[in-house]
Amino acid sequence: MIDVRNISKTFEGAEEVKALVDVTTSIEAGDVVVVIGPSGSGKSTFLRCLNKLETADEGGHIYIDGVDVLHPKTDINKVRAEVGMVFQQFNLFPHKTVLQNVTLAQRVVRKRDKGPAREKAMQLLQKVGIHEKANVYPDNLSGGQQQRVAIARALAMDPKVMLFDEPTSALDPEMIGEVLEAMKTLAKEGMTMVVVTHEMGFAREVADRVIFMDHGAIVEEGTPEHFFVNPIHDRTKLFLSQIL
Amino acid sequence: MIVRKRIAHHAFWQAAFFGIIALGIGLLWWASSEVEYVWRWYRVPQYFIAQMDVEINAEIEGTVKAVEEKGDKVFITVAGAYDKETYAAPAGSARVYEGDFAFPGDPLAVYEVTRPGILLQGLWITLKVSFIAIIFGILLGLFTGLARISDNPCLRWLAITYIEFIRGSPLLVQIYLWYFVFGTIINNLLAKQGIPPISSLWYGVASLAIFAGAYVGEIVRAGIQSIHRGQTEASRSLGMNYVQSMVHVILPQAMRRILPPLAGQFISLIKDSSLLGIIAIRELTKATREVVTTSLQPYELWFVCAILYLVLTFSLSMFVQYLERRTLIS
Repeated sequence: MIDVRNISKTFEGAEEVKALVDVTTSIEAGDVVVVIGPSGSGKSTFLRCLNKLETADEGGHIYIDGVDVLHPKTDINKVRAEVGMVFQQFNLFPHKTVLQNVTLAQRVVRKRDKGPAREKAMQLLQKVGIHEKANVYPDNLSGGQQQRVAIARALAMDPKVMLFDEPTSALDPEMIGEVLEAMKTLAKEGMTMVVVTHEMGFAREVADRVIFMDHGAIVEEGTPEHFFVNPIHDRTKLFLSQIL
Repeated sequence: MIVRKRIAHHAFWQAAFFGIIALGIGLLWWASSEVEYVWRWYRVPQYFIAQMDVEINAEIEGTVKAVEEKGDKVFITVAGAYDKETYAAPAGSARVYEGDFAFPGDPLAVYEVTRPGILLQGLWITLKVSFIAIIFGILLGLFTGLARISDNPCLRWLAITYIEFIRGSPLLVQIYLWYFVFGTIINNLLAKQGIPPISSLWYGVASLAIFAGAYVGEIVRAGIQSIHRGQTEASRSLGMNYVQSMVHVILPQAMRRILPPLAGQFISLIKDSSLLGIIAIRELTKATREVVTTSLQPYELWFVCAILYLVLTFSLSMFVQYLERRTLIS
């Protein structure tokens, strides 16, 4: 489903920062891949390169469902329509109601009619348990509720892949559970997911594979059992000892 | 007790406000009487609504053959040796009888018409010029603002050049440039093609719109940049293209922050339109100047002029406040 080959990303500026160094991996359809690592390790940059919110340096390749994301002739908007993304800061549209947040892209990008778009939205809001707030503006929702709306908004496009960029990091502790629950449901339904998170419980329980990144490179990847029980690299051991 | 004291305190300062205003007006009145100025407010209304006599004159020499009233019209027929003419006028306005002899230029009928006075006409021109300039100013400013933050260096540099040039020279000079330089060139080119010249009103509109567009561009840029980057990322990650993201997500949010400074800009534009008198556009200020020279009542008329501008600008700012409330979310 996702094939990443030799991706690097350098941020130009006063100081050149190498956020990603020669990253290669692949993710099968239906896989749930959790990316973990210390802050500044490039895991968010990796995720953002997948849907070209950041443009990776020349030389590497990213294929999503067979489409060469970095090819100049690729219509990136078509790729993005198939790749849902959930952000740390939710980024709901504050001038639109919950329902409008979920229908907007369906109407504008997928060109769905009002009725079907609405139906789809209500169905998804029900799924994430927030249908009663359909006509409320996002500012009146708690962080956990907002993030669940953001998940519904991304799902409304019928994406083939879902990207989660630290979806619970900006939440109060008591709200983390409800968002993780929605993500678990999604994983069980067979959605292909790439999740950047610090939630080790989620990684252990839901992930098919865990990728550990440090200094812009993949240090170690494997099943949760392998990763949490028998990590090979010292860097991984150190990291796990610090957070567990 | 304390509450009552506070109310009394409040009432005192309210009274003080009206007292100061009254004192100001009183002082002005006293000072003007010291210089022996006679206030004649009753002369002002005629410049708003003018009553004019209209004469219908005979164009040929001959005898009045018929004066026939039909409905609310009167038809006067004059027959000469070789020709015959019939003139129509409102009923009751005929000044000749059958059998009278009329020479060319003799009044056959006289009636009164009510017309908008010169000040009202000036106000209308000011309103028209400002309105058109505001519409074009918004379009131009929106485009400039977007170009200013574009990744395309050509668009960005064009926007910066435009903004700096316009902000760096006086509006008065720009109006002269538009009228005497570009206007002359354009009208000469048009004349060579046999096309009639463009009136000075449009050069005035162009100078105001292009002047406002530069400032609006900066306002739009600031408004867009004040919207969190996450909003763009969220909309683009859903597959929206640049235009869709701007139209549906960024601009509606930026609008709320753009509106207040935009109102200030357009209030300036209305006031700046008073400069257009110098290129022979008879807007409110020029109309007032003309009336002052004929009426010799400058005090009343300049106050009236100022108040008319106030009415325009105040209405605009009320309208923008209404828009602001409407775009306010939850």
